Amino acid sequence: MHGLAFDIAHFLAGGMVVASFLLLYQDRLSALINVFALHSLVLVLAVGWQAHIQNAHHLYVTAGIALIFKAIIIPTALHRIVRRLGIHRTLEVVSGVGRDMLAGTGLVALAILVMLPVTAKADALAREDLAFALAVVLLGLLLMVIRHNAVSLVIGFMSLENGLVLAAAGARGMPLAVEISIAFSVLIALIVIGVFLFRIRERFDSVDMQAMDTFREGRRR
Amino acid sequence: MIDVGFLAVTALLIVPVGAALLLVLLSGYRLGARLNVGAALASLLAAVTLFGARPEANLYLRVDDFNIYLIVLNNLVSFTTSVFSASYIAHELETGRLTPAYLRFYHAMYQALIFAMNLAFLANNIGLLWVAIELATLITVLMVGLYRTRAALEAAWKYFILGSLGIALALFGTILVYLAAQPVMGEGLPAMAWDRLLDHAKAFDPALLNLAFVFLLLGYGTKAGLVPLHAWLPDAHAEGPTPISAILSGLLLNVALYAVLRFKMLMSANPSALAPGPLMVGLGLLSLLFAGLMLYRRGDIKRLFAYSSIEHMGIITFAFGMGGPLANFAGLLHMTMHSLTKAAIFFAVGHISQVKGTQRISTIRGLTVTHPALGWGLVAGVIAIAGMPPFGVFMSEFLVASSTFARQPLLALPLVLGLLLAFGTLLWRLHGMAFGKPDSGPAAPVQASTLPMLAHLALVLIAGFWLPGPLVAWFHHVAILLG
Repeated sequence: MHGLAFDIAHFLAGGMVVASFLLLYQDRLSALINVFALHSLVLVLAVGWQAHIQNAHHLYVTAGIALIFKAIIIPTALHRIVRRLGIHRTLEVVSGVGRDMLAGTGLVALAILVMLPVTAKADALAREDLAFALAVVLLGLLLMVIRHNAVSLVIGFMSLENGLVLAAAGARGMPLAVEISIAFSVLIALIVIGVFLFRIRERFDSVDMQAMDTFREGRRR
Repeated sequence: MIDVGFLAVTALLIVPVGAALLLVLLSGYRLGARLNVGAALASLLAAVTLFGARPEANLYLRVDDFNIYLIVLNNLVSFTTSVFSASYIAHELETGRLTPAYLRFYHAMYQALIFAMNLAFLANNIGLLWVAIELATLITVLMVGLYRTRAALEAAWKYFILGSLGIALALFGTILVYLAAQPVMGEGLPAMAWDRLLDHAKAFDPALLNLAFVFLLLGYGTKAGLVPLHAWLPDAHAEGPTPISAILSGLLLNVALYAVLRFKMLMSANPSALAPGPLMVGLGLLSLLFAGLMLYRRGDIKRLFAYSSIEHMGIITFAFGMGGPLANFAGLLHMTMHSLTKAAIFFAVGHISQVKGTQRISTIRGLTVTHPALGWGLVAGVIAIAGMPPFGVFMSEFLVASSTFARQPLLALPLVLGLLLAFGTLLWRLHGMAFGKPDSGPAAPVQASTLPMLAHLALVLIAGFWLPGPLVAWFHHVAILLG
């Protein structure tokens, strides 16, 4: 393994984990969306670098799709949605940043402890990438758990998907079908979400998911 | 020479897609409903043709002994459901719950869903399998939210978030399987083809496979409604249109379970990998007991049967987790019986909630008096699903229980406890609905087509007395393949 090439790949994958941490404590929605765009941008660089060192041209396509959809179109669309809903200045109560950070650190440690021994025989590049990817996936899950706002949930889910793309890019020679479908799914997801956010807003006057939680079978009577 | 098998497989995929495109363009709902039924029938015929002529497996698609019967079951139930749906939606249109524009969308999505499920069963490539299940999830999310009520939107949103999470975990598992295969089989497409993976599974790194299986079980397990991950299922069943509840319960849960079983076969092919059985037995028992307890306090009729689906998915997962020819045989039989019976129940429930104008159990009373055909249909369906003889479900549950007693008597205790719990609750709930004193409220007449329901119940009844010899031989063969 070429020392520098490996270091850069390592650096970029690590950058995604850092961006995931940044997502955890953003309390303003527009800032959250911007950090998500950054998250996707780091993903684009990481996948692009993998394409370069693996000499796998189809990964450039993946990187391109991620750049166009995840770093440009989706953040722009989300910004518009948030503005039209009139919640772009709302501060979301993010209680216990310290606690969330600690939980996040624990999840990263967990990801590394799980992945590194398991992939002992795989090549070093795939190993590191996979450990970081799992960390990004887990941090995305954490974000989805600690937030109540629909937009934050969606961003948590998409950051989780970014982690999956990183994992797929790290796996040498993984066929293209999967990456395209991920991009595709995100696109459909966005349509679904766009429709949903407006409908939810229409019915609930809020995109706070806690307001929605009042609907349960028992309490509906 | 024409390859009939290849044509049949192509038809299974092309017919639903073509019909979906056509249905988007057609505006009349009657025509749409007819075309929907016709296309489903064409797919069913193509599926049956596969028994006679099977195409060669390639890197993307494959028909083998295991999936062929699920493909036929899938297309059979989608056909009968499309017949039921035709009479169901006519009423929805009259009452104004749906508009013609929504129906156009509904019919197109119905065919797209059949396409996605057929693709999932036919897929040989584990990536393609994942794509198909993802597609099916997104389509059903849209279908569940069809009524646009507050509850329907919430159910769809919950399903969307939990379903996508499950799908995401399953993708991670799929990538891990590829990583395990790649050092042995080299890069590229063959390392994702399921049959080749199975041939080489012995040489895979067991640690990676173990990790992959945990992700896959959690991911596809979410889609199958196994217990810690089941929260989306009752809401999605209760708030969507009833034909979709029938498809969700009867077919889509099977698709997810099928995916788990495919990966279980990979795991079993590697001697040093973790045994997948105990994990599945644990999740299965948990689902069974939890659903058995939850059944008691249900106030909504569709929710009641949604929990019953969780219970039965638990039983099936348990049976496949036990493994061995007998338990696998029972699992396969139970999968079939549950699909047929649960779909029949939802057909009845759909019309019942239409005539009564509510889904609340406490206001549904005395059905056998007011609507004899629907009422007795529901009675027969519930007796069947609760596992009473002479229906086929009794036979498969009996096989699961007896094979467990023979091998792990301690595990049989919670199993039987769960079965009895569900049995008692269902019959207790049924009693009020079917034989209680009918309230004086207006009993709206409805043009119900009971034919699909009766056809399903007849099949389940026949299976309780007599299984055709070739079918038994077939199930035996597949049970041994499943290991």
